[in-house]
Formats: sequence, C-alpha cells, structure tokens
Amino acid sequence: MVSYFIPALSTYAGDIDFIIDLIFWLVGFWFLLSEGVFFWLIVRYRKKEGVPAEYITGETPEQKRWITIPHFLVLFCDIFILYYAIAAWYEVKQNLPEPQATVRVIGQQWAWTFVHEGPDGKFDTADDITEMNELHIEVDKLYHYKLSATDVLHSFSVPVFRLKQDAIPGRVITGWWEATGTGEFSIQCAELCGIGHALMGARIFIETPERHAAWLAEQSSVEYAALTPSQSVKE
Amino acid sequence: MAESIPHGVDAAHDDHGDHHQQSFWQKYIFSTDHKMIAMQYMFTGMAMGLVGAFMAYTFRMQLAFPGDLVPGFGLVTPANYNALVTNHGTIMIFWVAMPVLLAAFANFLIPLMIGCDDMVFPKINRLSYQIFLLSTIVLIASFFVEGGGFGGGWTAYPPLSGKPIYNLTPLGCTLWVIAVGLEFIAFLLGGINFITTTMNARAPGMKLYDIPIVIWMIVIASILFMLSVGPLIAGAIMLVFDQTLGTAFFDPDKGGDPVLWQHLFWFFGHPEVYVVLMPAIGITAEIITVFARKKLFAYKTVLHTAFGTGVLSFTVWAHHQFISGIDPRMANVFTVTTLLISIPIAEMMFVYIATLYGGAITLTTPMLWALAFIAEFLIGGVTGIFLGASGADIYFHDTYFVLAHFHYTFYPIAIIGTFAGFTFWFPKMFGKMMNETLGKIHFWGTIIPFNLIFIPLFVLGAAGQHRRIYDYTGFPELAKYQDVRVFATMALLVMLAFQLVFFYNCLISWRSGKKAGNNPWNSNTLEWTTSSPPGHGNWKELPTVYRGPYEYSTPGREEDFWPQNVPN
Ligand code: HEM
Ligand SMILES: [Cu+2]
Ligand SMILES: [Cu+2]
Repeated sequence: MVSYFIPALSTYAGDIDFIIDLIFWLVGFWFLLSEGVFFWLIVRYRKKEGVPAEYITGETPEQKRWITIPHFLVLFCDIFILYYAIAAWYEVKQNLPEPQATVRVIGQQWAWTFVHEGPDGKFDTADDITEMNELHIEVDKLYHYKLSATDVLHSFSVPVFRLKQDAIPGRVITGWWEATGTGEFSIQCAELCGIGHALMGARIFIETPERHAAWLAEQSSVEYAALTPSQSVKE
Repeated sequence: MAESIPHGVDAAHDDHGDHHQQSFWQKYIFSTDHKMIAMQYMFTGMAMGLVGAFMAYTFRMQLAFPGDLVPGFGLVTPANYNALVTNHGTIMIFWVAMPVLLAAFANFLIPLMIGCDDMVFPKINRLSYQIFLLSTIVLIASFFVEGGGFGGGWTAYPPLSGKPIYNLTPLGCTLWVIAVGLEFIAFLLGGINFITTTMNARAPGMKLYDIPIVIWMIVIASILFMLSVGPLIAGAIMLVFDQTLGTAFFDPDKGGDPVLWQHLFWFFGHPEVYVVLMPAIGITAEIITVFARKKLFAYKTVLHTAFGTGVLSFTVWAHHQFISGIDPRMANVFTVTTLLISIPIAEMMFVYIATLYGGAITLTTPMLWALAFIAEFLIGGVTGIFLGASGADIYFHDTYFVLAHFHYTFYPIAIIGTFAGFTFWFPKMFGKMMNETLGKIHFWGTIIPFNLIFIPLFVLGAAGQHRRIYDYTGFPELAKYQDVRVFATMALLVMLAFQLVFFYNCLISWRSGKKAGNNPWNSNTLEWTTSSPPGHGNWKELPTVYRGPYEYSTPGREEDFWPQNVPN
C-alpha cells in the first residue's frame, strides 16, 4: 500500500512494504468486520414500541464466547504480525552485512554533511569527499552509514529506502543500505531539530557505477584540500 | 424508595444543615464543593480547548496556504510554527483532556455516583484546581515572553529543549516545563481525592462490583497517573536545571544522555494515553447501557481487562523509541508487549459492541457521541498496530501516518468523550435539557469534518510526509499533494464553524431549556436520584445501595430500569 505512493528502492524496502501490507489486510478485515457488526446492531436493535431489550449479563461462559473467540483470533493474527515485523526489523537494524563502502552522515542544525572515504577507502585522509545536502551513491552497492549529530537530535530518513534512524549527539550509529534502482529522491530530517527543521531536506542521487565513477572523478579534481577534512567524530 | 428522599432544586440547597448565605467569592472562586470545582476544571479545559483549536487552525492554514497571512494570526514564521505545534499538543493533552475528562468528570461524578456529600479532602481538591489555574497562567505567559513560546515539540526532547542556544526560546522553554510540572502536581493532588473518596466514602451497601464503570476507570486512570508521573517530574526538574543552571543531565557534550529523557518521558507518556482513555471509555459505557437499556456486557471482565491494560501500559513505552538509538534488540521486546496490549483494548471494544446486542437503542445526542467514540476509536486502535510493529514503524515513525493515528485516538478521547459526557450529564449539571436538534446538527457537523481532516493525513503519511514541517512545497515529492492539504484545512474550518452551534445550544438550553427533573434518562446510577442540579451536600439524606449499576430491562419488572437505591 505504501509502494503505491512511493517507489521502494532498497533491498529491504520490500520486506517493510510486505509487513505493512500484511497488517493492512489483517487489520482491515477485522476493522471492517467490527464496524459492520457494530452498525448492523445499531440498526437492528433500534427501539421499537413494545419490544423490550433483552437481559443479557455477559457473565456466563457461553455468552463470553462472543468476546473470547474474537480475542483469540486477534492473538492469532498478532503472532503473524510479530513474526514478520521482527523479521523485517532484524534485516534492517540488527543484521549488518559486510559493506562495500562506507559514508559518514552528520546532522547539524540545519544541514546534512556526507563524507565519502574517497579512492583510498579510508576516512580522515586528504582524498575524503565531503558533500553538503547532497548524497551521491552507487546502485547495487552495499553501504554502511556512520550516523552522528553535532548539536541536537536529527533523524536520517530516506523514504525510498524505507530507512530511518535518529542521529544522537555523542554517538555514532552504524546501519546499512543497498539501493536497487537509480534516480534522485529526497532525504528528510525526521526529528524536530529547531527552527530550520523544515529546511533540513537533502537529495540522494542513486547512480549507475559509470555515472558514479564520473562523479567521483569530478569531485577528486575539485580542490578537495580546500574542503574541511570531515568533522572528526570519535567512533 | 427513591421518592422518600426529599429533593428538588430549592429544597436540597436551602435545607442543607449548616447552610449560610455565600458570597460570590465563596461560591464561585474559593468553593470546596466538588461540583463547583468540576465546573471550574470543565470551563478552564474547554477554554483551553479553544486556544488549542485556534492553534490547529493557524498551522493548518499555513500548511494549506504557505506563506500567506493567516486571518487572526498573521504571518506564521518557522519559529511560530514550532511553538504553535508544540503548544497545541501540550494544551490538548494536558490542558484539555486531563482537566476535562479526568478532573472535571471525576470531581462531578465520584461523589454523586458513589453516594457521598463531597470529596474526602475538599480543601486539597480546591488547592488542586488553584495550582492547575496557576499552571495555566504560566503556560499562557510562556507564549508572550521574549523569544516567544517553546517550540521543541510536546515531547520536549533534549538537547533541543535543554539548551536555549539550540531552541532560541530562553524563557519560553523554562516556563513551559514549569507549567507542565505545576500541572502534574495539581493532578497528583486531585488523584489522591479520586482514589481515596471512591475507596472510603461509598454509600452504605455499595460493594466494589456495584461501582459504576466510569468511576472505576477514573480510579484506574488516577493510579496510572500517580505511578507514572514520578519519573517525569524528576526529569522535568533535571531539564529545568539543564536549561537554567548549566547542569548536563541530558547534554552529551558534558557526559549527559539525551535518550534518558526519552525513557523518562515515555515511561510516563504512554500510560498517560491510558490515563485519558480510561475515563472516556467509562463515560461511553454509562451512556451505552442507558440508551440501549442493556446491562453492560461482562462488567467484571471489563473491569479486570482495564486493570490488565493499566499494568501492560507500563511495559510498552519504548515503542516510541524504536529508531531513536536504543539497542535494536530492545525493539523486539517492545513489539511483543505492544501487540499484546492490542488484545485487552480490542476486548473492550468487543464488549461494547456486544452490549448493543438485544438492546432497545434510542439515538439521543449523548448516545450518538458514545457510539461515535467506538466507531472512531477503532480506527485509532487498528492503525496503532502499524506503529507497534517495529518493522513497519521504521517507515511510519514521525510521519503524518503517526499524526493521523494518534488523532484518531486522542480526538475520540478528548473531544468526542467530552461531548458525550457533557451532553449526557448536562441535565444533572444545570437542571435543563439540551436541545436535541441543535445537538444532532453539532454532532454531524463535528464528526463528518473530523474524518475529512484526518483520513487524508493517513494518505500523506503513507506518501512519506514527515511531521512538524511548516511548508511542504519545498519537497518535490510532496509538493504535488498540496490539494490534499488544502482539503484537510477546509474540513477543519467547517468543523470549527459547527462548534458555534454547540455554544449556542449550551447557552439557550441553560437559559430556557426544558426543565430536566431528577432522572430524565431513566438511569440507574445514584447521581440521578438527587435534584438537578444537586444542592450543596448533594443529598438531604445519603442513599443506600441495593444492587449494581446496570440493571436495565431486568425480567419481571414493570419498568425497564431499577435504580441502585431502590430497595428490592
Ligand atoms: C481540532 C482538531 C485538530 C486538528 C485539526 C489537529 C491537527 C494537528 C496537526 C496538523 C498537527 C501536526 C502539525 C505538525 O506536525 O506540523 C497536530 C499535532 C498534534 N496534535 Fe492535533 N489536531 C487537533 C486536535 C487535537 C487533539 C484533540 C489532541 C489531543 C487531545 C491533539 C494532539 C496533538 C499532539 C500531541 C500533536 C503533536 C504535537 C507535536 O508534534 O509536538 N490534537 N495536530
Ligand atoms: Cu535535523
Ligand atoms: Cu529536524
């Protein structure tokens, strides 16, 4: 149901969309059934002259069936939801596959800084590439992100990946993604971070390996020495 | 027999033993009478509801027409926007839902429904309102100080809330925390009365299972509040110290931990949802039984379930923090507890639906509100599953889906619950019937636009629109939904316009409505056995209780109700 509104472009986006759809159908069924019964009862038992209400205590086990059975069915549905919710969660947040590249993501009032390791594959060297409010990455490549914040809480949200993680000053949080399609999309800050919160959007450019290599080459030719070395955040 | 108790408007008031002429101040301002304190809470809460609604109007106008001047407010700057959203949330929950549903209804109903003359600690009760009033003044003052009102969200996450250099509201943020702290103290004092009075001052013969559900729910709510608020009060003190004295409880630069606040806040904040939910659920139970002429289905089960929900509500807090940097493995535990809590809540809904079965339903205005509570709250309940399931919450967290979800729970609680209770007990409070036609116009004029405001917000949330952003037209993916935002805002304007019908109805019914009599709805509970409005001291002679509160349509009786105080 979410993929109707927004493309799903990471390896785990499908798992998240699946659990959302599963809940949608299960819960939707129960919801329609309850509302249906509810409105039917209101219509069916409108007061009619000379027809008194029935005296039902709801205390006998036989009557209580009407609430205990639905209640077990709800529990039964919960088990499915739990299973798939935790499976998706595990995939996104707990399981950390080996990275092919790493980027630092730094939130600050009110901009995102992204630091790539550069050709040498190491941070805090002269060839690091720093971007502001733009993130260029390669499709089908497994990235780790190292997320931090310099002042208040921010939240790194990439809706097309179905990825969201708060950034906490004083901590570095590691997570991952692997994009499955190319294009330009939005990154938002999802945690209220002061008066510039609304402006703290950035763009993510998911590129083919060739495009990405071209971009990299272009960046390296820029006077990277003039850029501040990546904010050194202790890990 | 009920008839043997002398009552009637004038009698009850004038005959009260040590009665003496009261001055305006004694009667309206410094009264210790629970009914007067209830009215004070009720009208302060409703007035704050208008303030909260005005804020909603202002920021919804900004969202629909970004950058335009909002009539009655002017330009909404980003700082204004944050302050409006923050204080809208704060006010609606702490200054509307809490005072009206908990304090006002508890004060009005407890002595009248359990059959005693007042709260057991009337002076503490008065003090509770006075502190609440003080907190209201402090909160309102916080909008007008230098730097403006606090804009760090009603959850006030540090470091943003803790350091004026980050939130840019040096005085606003401190006054905001102090106001909330004072407000908690007021409700702690109130809660002492609610629990103690219910446990100790019941009319002769009223056993625990004869207490009406709404009173039980108020007691459960008060217990939850008392058990959960301690950590938050400690947190609030720490936060004020961080803001003003330079301590660093939540400041990572100096070794503090911002996530600690989130635990303190949500350990309180989640049970708080149940604190306001319980009274609303209780109010609807009373109304549904009366207008379906039915015994409440499985009274004891409802009660035990409610206690169970209360206990469970202390085990789910971190579902608000799934992606906030807690150890990811913790999410699994909190997903399990959160889905578990769906079961008692679902059960309560099933009980209410089952109560309708075999009834003789009349759709009076209070009944419409009570039924709407169930129909709408169900939407809030089912959409909560999406957010409680950790995997799905990764996407939905902090989007408009969350916003729509919690408004589908809070709106039924705070607004629908209030209108249900207020229209049901209006005859008791003021001795007059409300106008039914105006009541129904107001009902439909509120319920239909309510859904038209918030259903579109689910869609925006699914499309990835995040919360607390004053202008979405700058986001290419979201700009195309501008029509949807305009639509929601138009629905809000319609809904607000229909509230005039309510105030008009209150006014004309109060002045020239039909006289209510003691028991206009043919109810069983004790409040209907005294005069409308009840005089000072409530009863000339306190009632005795012979049975439970829901003996409607009992076989073998002429009448379809059987008041609790009528001997067998
Ligand atoms: C009068 C109808 C209402 C409308 C149109 C409305 C609308 C909104 C909107 C659009 C927001 C989000 C603004 C943003 O994130 O940028 C919001 C936030 C909020 N509302 Fe309402 N609301 C209404 C009533 C209520 C009620 C009755 C309650 C609770 C009893 C409530 C509690 C909240 C809370 C807690 C927030 C979150 C504040 C924050 O983000 O810090 N609202 N409301
Ligand atoms: Cu931010
Ligand atoms: Cu932000």
